[in-house]
Amino acid sequence: MESNPEVAVKFSEVSYQLGQRSLLSDLNLDVQPGETLVLLGRSGCGKTTTLKLINRLLTPTSGNVWVEGKVTTRWNPIQLRRRIGYVIQDIGLFPHFTIARNIGLVPALEGWPAPRIRQRVETLLQLVGLDSEFAQRYPHQLSGGQRQRVGVARALAADPPILLMDEPFGALDPITRSSIQQEFQQLQRTLGKTIIFVTHDIQEAFILASKIGLMQNGRLIVQGTPTEFLRSQEPEAIAFIQCLRALEPLHDLLKENML
Amino acid sequence: MNLPQSVSQFVNQYGAEIVRHTGEHLFLVGLSMGLALLLGLPLGILITRKPRWSKPVLGVANVMQTIPSLALFGFLIPLPLLGGIGTRPAIVALTLYSLLPIIRNTYTGIMGVDPAVREAGRGMGMTDWQLLSQVEIPLALGVILAGVRVATVIAVGLAAIASPIGAGGLGDLIYRGIAVLDNQRILAGTIPAALIAIGLDVGFGWLEKKLTINH
Repeated sequence: MESNPEVAVKFSEVSYQLGQRSLLSDLNLDVQPGETLVLLGRSGCGKTTTLKLINRLLTPTSGNVWVEGKVTTRWNPIQLRRRIGYVIQDIGLFPHFTIARNIGLVPALEGWPAPRIRQRVETLLQLVGLDSEFAQRYPHQLSGGQRQRVGVARALAADPPILLMDEPFGALDPITRSSIQQEFQQLQRTLGKTIIFVTHDIQEAFILASKIGLMQNGRLIVQGTPTEFLRSQEPEAIAFIQCLRALEPLHDLLKENML
Repeated sequence: MNLPQSVSQFVNQYGAEIVRHTGEHLFLVGLSMGLALLLGLPLGILITRKPRWSKPVLGVANVMQTIPSLALFGFLIPLPLLGGIGTRPAIVALTLYSLLPIIRNTYTGIMGVDPAVREAGRGMGMTDWQLLSQVEIPLALGVILAGVRVATVIAVGLAAIASPIGAGGLGDLIYRGIAVLDNQRILAGTIPAALIAIGLDVGFGWLEKKLTINH
């Protein structure tokens, strides 16, 4: 049960079944430290299941998932999860906690002293582009984009080496989404975290990914760099790439207008 | 005879009795509510953890509620330990009646917490106890209190019916009044009982509003 600890996350022959239904089959996957792997696929293809197998919200029916060289089932699930930041589409901020308490949750669970938590919250608010006056507000007083920034800050709070993100920007309006994606890309360069990012948006995948994993019906059918992905002959990959191509006439039109 | 005179006469005649029976009444309600909370809260929480048990537990509590109160007092008379006559069976019966609203509201309150909030908490490495005590219970508190409020008001009314099995309380005045066709005596039991029920209802309502998080 040994694995190279250099690999941040590794799946080998992982299957997951819910009752009779197979949600994932024979998944093999390596994620190197500092890499951003974007899992791309239609709804229900098994992307979220894959993510939940990493922080052990689910355990594989067969096969093994390694995190930092240790099989997830050998990790204490609580310890494991506190080493992995988790951001979900519905954000899940605690409505009865202030923004500061929301962001400082994992540090508080880890028993950090209060002044250190306060300092960390301050730093993180700045990092995700929010004014420090937000600290004492409640989630319902924030806009969707601001809440999602808080969600990212919360996931980064205890400085976890790995970040799992499940369609974090899916519910935002396109303008907010675009700016938050760019900021996040910037952030990712400075932090150098290992990120596994789930989306069904091909454009988002190309903005953020250093590697793309395409999933269909519980299988990983394409795995590679964005350039390799563009060359793939898989029908599903071609279908996704077509979505990008659909915008090409618009690009031409824009160019013409510029001239 | 004018009104103030008759009121003072009424108080003179029944004052001591009203105070004593009100005390007994509050004791019956207070103790049985305490027991119902001690039993109902953990049971309500338990069935959010073991969803398979939710149907049988709620089912049994539901059946309790459908037994007419007088019949339940009757059933308890021949039972050893819990039954018999006097205060003890009355407290047992009141506790059983109070269970359903407490269990059900604890269950619905916790199940009503946004699943995304729960998932985020678990995903960030909260233990089940941390999730329950820091997130689920605080967010469900308003709903849980609504259940306690209903249970308490019902218990105040039911406690008056426990008089025939010798439990004491304001029911003593009411039943004796009925027996001797004395309306004043009936009112001497009814008015304080109604005031207690209304007072507790308002009190819990205020608490509920204060503690409900409606963000």
